[in-house]
Amino acid sequence: MTKKINHNFNQEDQDKIKKTGLDFSQKTRSASFIQQDNDILFNKSLLDGIEIEPIEAALNKYPQIKEKYYGKAFKELNKEYPKETVGGYFIRIKKGKKVEFPIQSCLFLKNKKFKQKVHNIIVAEEGAQAHIITGCASAKAAEEAYHLGISEFFVEKNAYLNFTMIHRWEKDIEVKPMSVAIVSQGGSFVSNYICLNPVRDIKMYPTAVLAKDCKATFSSLMVAYPNCIQDIGSRVIFKEPGASAEIISRAVSLGGEVIARGDLDSKAAGIKAHLECRGLIVTETGKIHAIPELKTKYRDVDMSHEAAIGKISKDEINYLRARGIPKEEAQSLIIRGFVDVNILALPEELRKEVDKLADQTLESGL
Amino acid sequence: METILKIRNLTVEVEGKAILRNLDLDIAKNQNLILFGPNGSGKSTLIGAIMGFENYKVTSGTIEFSGKNIIGLTPDQRARLGIGVMFQHPPKIRGIQLKQFIELLSDKSNNSKEKDSLVETLNLSYLLDRDLNVDLSGGEIKRSELFQVLVQRPKLLLLDEPESGVDLENIALMGKALNSYLKRHKLSALIISHTGYILEYIKTKYACVMLEGKVCCHDNPTKIFSEIKSVGYERCKDCRCRSGIKK
Repeated sequence: MTKKINHNFNQEDQDKIKKTGLDFSQKTRSASFIQQDNDILFNKSLLDGIEIEPIEAALNKYPQIKEKYYGKAFKELNKEYPKETVGGYFIRIKKGKKVEFPIQSCLFLKNKKFKQKVHNIIVAEEGAQAHIITGCASAKAAEEAYHLGISEFFVEKNAYLNFTMIHRWEKDIEVKPMSVAIVSQGGSFVSNYICLNPVRDIKMYPTAVLAKDCKATFSSLMVAYPNCIQDIGSRVIFKEPGASAEIISRAVSLGGEVIARGDLDSKAAGIKAHLECRGLIVTETGKIHAIPELKTKYRDVDMSHEAAIGKISKDEINYLRARGIPKEEAQSLIIRGFVDVNILALPEELRKEVDKLADQTLESGL
Repeated sequence: METILKIRNLTVEVEGKAILRNLDLDIAKNQNLILFGPNGSGKSTLIGAIMGFENYKVTSGTIEFSGKNIIGLTPDQRARLGIGVMFQHPPKIRGIQLKQFIELLSDKSNNSKEKDSLVETLNLSYLLDRDLNVDLSGGEIKRSELFQVLVQRPKLLLLDEPESGVDLENIALMGKALNSYLKRHKLSALIISHTGYILEYIKTKYACVMLEGKVCCHDNPTKIFSEIKSVGYERCKDCRCRSGIKK
């Protein structure tokens, strides 16, 4: 049986999609889902214990999904969400299943002014462990297109879910992901976000709601090009004691605007939380606004934050030049170093992959 | 003797203030010159000017390296000609591991074999995965600096206080590695020293003293250093500046 994904992508689109982490050979993946505009092009699971389906098909097949999961994460926050979606995926990792190879998905924008609005549901059942790598990208021809991605994560008791999202848009695309993760007792949720390409406007504030003894980590690497706005934050709400969380971000402005938000909201005692935001402004016209927030009314919490924004120092440039590295290259090297893939919580293989993708992206972008 | 570095009448300003004044200095091929001088005498400025760093403005004079005036060349061009500098206070560069950086430098000078032996001699294997100069001790910084500059394979080494902030054990380790490297590759070096500890390892007959932006005395390093130790730079200033340059 051939594992290779059949597709009709032209070479340019294929290269782009690969740079969001999609492995067309599936050799290093355990399940795959690909949607272009509103069309589901591929979905297949290669392992027992992993379900991957277009959301509509899953809702028809299992009525209990609607009752148990659909819209329930937003309901937990009393938050409205757009209902008129087409497509998206349902991924379920069955109870106790531990998956080594990542599950992959790709949401691709192909046509001019297309508005893609998807609703995804991801469930890691009790004791399950999995990594998901999802790439969102657009073709060159998809001018002024729009992507809305609603994602609801359910990390059940003692489960571990590591979700890595790589965005690769064009400079006139508007993007609005809306994500909520509900993490049950003893569960862990890791979110890694990478956007190193131009995008006109992106706004997202993924939120995790933690029960007792849960853990959440949000890490983001962002580069804002001229005429781009990236308003990107992460929020953790601690509902019960014994939970911990970390929010880490690295934002580079090459002339665009970054709003790096972070919100740690402790509604219980016995919480440990840290927020770290570093920004690097490379050009005169760039702008970075770091908004770290810590909230609690309990005394027995350990919450901290550090935020630092700066420019590339002359000393650093001199240092690298004294080693024979030309000025432009020295600057790229410092930016590449700043966009440090090691801050992401990734297993070794996936980290190497993402590091390589960042190399490729920043080599051409800087 | 053939000179590798020839500086004549050099005046250098930093933020509008003249720090070096009509300075002359020669370093011959295969010669190691120790440069003494009190704080603020212009020693680090000299290194900055030789490297061509932006904030060091040369208002007069020439700096010739291997017979070529290098004023106007960028620091990276000078480095590629064969001038290497070991920084006293190198900046932290996050996200670039020593290992990656060395690979980058080795590509340019193609000396991968020597690298492994330097890692061993300088006891650096545990630092290879660390970010450049981030959370390193004084000794670790100096060893990493020496490693980087030697991997560059320079013809002239500029060492800015290699022993500052370093314990005796690390000075010994570095001093030995440096001395053997200088001898083996017949390199020239300008070594700024404050404490004189490096003299135990770098065997050279040449030293000079810098005072108020000028090189005012040339003599045997041990002789100069014992004088500085006993009476400081004051007498040095009185007796030597007036008697002119003694070679």
